[in-house]
Amino acid sequence: MLKHPQILLASNLKDGEVMFLGATGWERDYRLARVAHTAQEAKALEEIGQKDYAANEVVDVYLTDVALTATGAPAPLHYREKMRIKGPSVRLDLGKQASGA
Amino acid sequence: MTIPDTHVASRHNHPATTYRYDQFDHAFVRERVAEFREQVARRLSGALTEDEFRPFRLMNGLYLQLHAYMLRVAIPYGTLTADQMRRLAEIADRWDKGYGHFTTRQNLQYNWPKLIDTPDILEALADVEMHAIQTSGNCIRNVTADHFAGVAADEIEDPRPTAEFLRQWSSAHPEFSFLPRKFKIAITGATLDRAAILAHDIGLRLVKNDTGDIGYCVTVGGGLGRSPFIGKVICEYVPRASLLAYLEAIMRVYNRYGRRDNKYKARIKILVHEKGIETIRAAVEKEFAAMDQTAFLQDPQEFDRVAASFAPPPYETLPAKSLQLAKDRQEIPAFDHFVSVNVSPHKTAGYAIVTVSLKPISGIPGDATSHQMRVLADASERFGFGELRVSHEQNIILPHVKQDDLFALWQMLDAADLATANAGLVSDIISCPGLDYCSLATARSIPIAQAISQRFSDMARQRRIGKLGIKISGCINACGHHHIGAIGVLGLEKKGQESYQITLGGDPGFSASIGEILGPGVSADQVPDVIEHLVDFYLAERHETEAFIDTWRRLGHARFKDVLRREGEDGADI
Repeated sequence: MLKHPQILLASNLKDGEVMFLGATGWERDYRLARVAHTAQEAKALEEIGQKDYAANEVVDVYLTDVALTATGAPAPLHYREKMRIKGPSVRLDLGKQASGA
Repeated sequence: MTIPDTHVASRHNHPATTYRYDQFDHAFVRERVAEFREQVARRLSGALTEDEFRPFRLMNGLYLQLHAYMLRVAIPYGTLTADQMRRLAEIADRWDKGYGHFTTRQNLQYNWPKLIDTPDILEALADVEMHAIQTSGNCIRNVTADHFAGVAADEIEDPRPTAEFLRQWSSAHPEFSFLPRKFKIAITGATLDRAAILAHDIGLRLVKNDTGDIGYCVTVGGGLGRSPFIGKVICEYVPRASLLAYLEAIMRVYNRYGRRDNKYKARIKILVHEKGIETIRAAVEKEFAAMDQTAFLQDPQEFDRVAASFAPPPYETLPAKSLQLAKDRQEIPAFDHFVSVNVSPHKTAGYAIVTVSLKPISGIPGDATSHQMRVLADASERFGFGELRVSHEQNIILPHVKQDDLFALWQMLDAADLATANAGLVSDIISCPGLDYCSLATARSIPIAQAISQRFSDMARQRRIGKLGIKISGCINACGHHHIGAIGVLGLEKKGQESYQITLGGDPGFSASIGEILGPGVSADQVPDVIEHLVDFYLAERHETEAFIDTWRRLGHARFKDVLRREGEDGADI
């Protein structure tokens, strides 16, 4: 088991928006991210990320540690990724948070 | 493509006070747009990998940030026309999210452009003689200048013609497109340094020699970031005709000896620090003597042609003091405060320089909505010959306003939330975007600026405190110039939390100094408390109108550190 579960983040090549690897592909909502609990699962996420990076779908692909909320949704542990899943803390009308993320 | 914009005024309104592209400039910028359009298409098709494409997008000012791409638009020496400002507003509305961020390098950043739209944005910029070339990458970046250039009462000569020469010389310079690191040049022609030239890789100061000829005092090796240094004089006087050759010699020495093995030691400031200014001076003079200077010698006729682009506008002959202004100030206290804080002396009788603050109380430093940009464009046409400036302090300047018109201008600005009377005061805070936008940041900086601004929201208190520069960076790269703030704030990560290191004693002027660390980092919540204690101590100790930096220099750093130690003992938890 990993010390903390992980999810895979990236940026969409065409528009730069933050993406999360979900069950069937890249999602724009972090709550749909697929969660890795073991090193093997994390490696599997990374392999998909590398494949999609090579296929020019996404860039800047990396894993980040999360905790699971009561609803099972992943919540990043680091404040940098907390910012990325929402949007700028000084403009709540912008970014993913503007549409309820 | 050419986008229709009902707001864009006809070309005859273009002021004669700014440089106009010639045929070469137009062709160069259009070719670069076409080239980038093709590069984007190849990237999207997969013909270019990200590793191959990244240098191309950076050369065109396009970064990938935390939430989206970011496009940095060059504003050469901070000068804008009304048409250009309107185009920036239109781009913000059409391809971004209705606002832009004016930076500490007199540029503008869009925080939400899409890669697929970027070629169209660049084309729209080219329509108004703008681009994003060399706003990133290891090249000579946008040359910055005194934002009061050409109108300051304390000026020896307008630095903009020289800055324009440098723009032309440095644009796509074949030798200097792959330097060891980025390279920044700033210039001033005044007796007060408003351009922070000593914090730049090369600083240029227009000076007169013993015979009255104008040339340049050249400094080298200044810079902020991880290892801050104040620039050192490499030559007290370079004649105008030799400037480009001399700068070419400096760049060649840097290109040859600058470190490429370690990006943190690759700036020219490290070279100057490690080798010593005498060694660098000798190497530059040797190169200068050996090189064929012919190609770089300045043609006086060409200089005059460029200088004519910056001719003063058709000022009216007016009395030095406006009776109307005096009357308006007496009647409206808020306007009187605005004039006393945001209006500066103009070299022409009857005119004034107006600083429009982009720092409303609790606002985001440097941000302007597209509506505000249009108001500024309209105001510049109505009251200021259609010209605007961007300051490295992230404000907008209207450089040619009749004193008689100040009241009407103030009303227009006030209606657009642009009349905050805080230029140079404690809430006129320089701040980088920090972790709210920037992928390099280690902490947020904007919320810190907002909290400090809110703490000092009483404008009468701000005026009592007087001029006080607070500068905030969200990482060690120091885009917020924290090292040269009288009070500097640096956001770092400490044990997984945002932590803020405070420095005192920084100075961006000719008496430049790097701030000294006050003590251990504090939390975001504590920053306003710490700064308030420091300011209260300063107010108690200052001599009459003594500035914060002067009180700090007189009393010494230890006295200010003691203040916080005592406050901590009193239970303030600092």
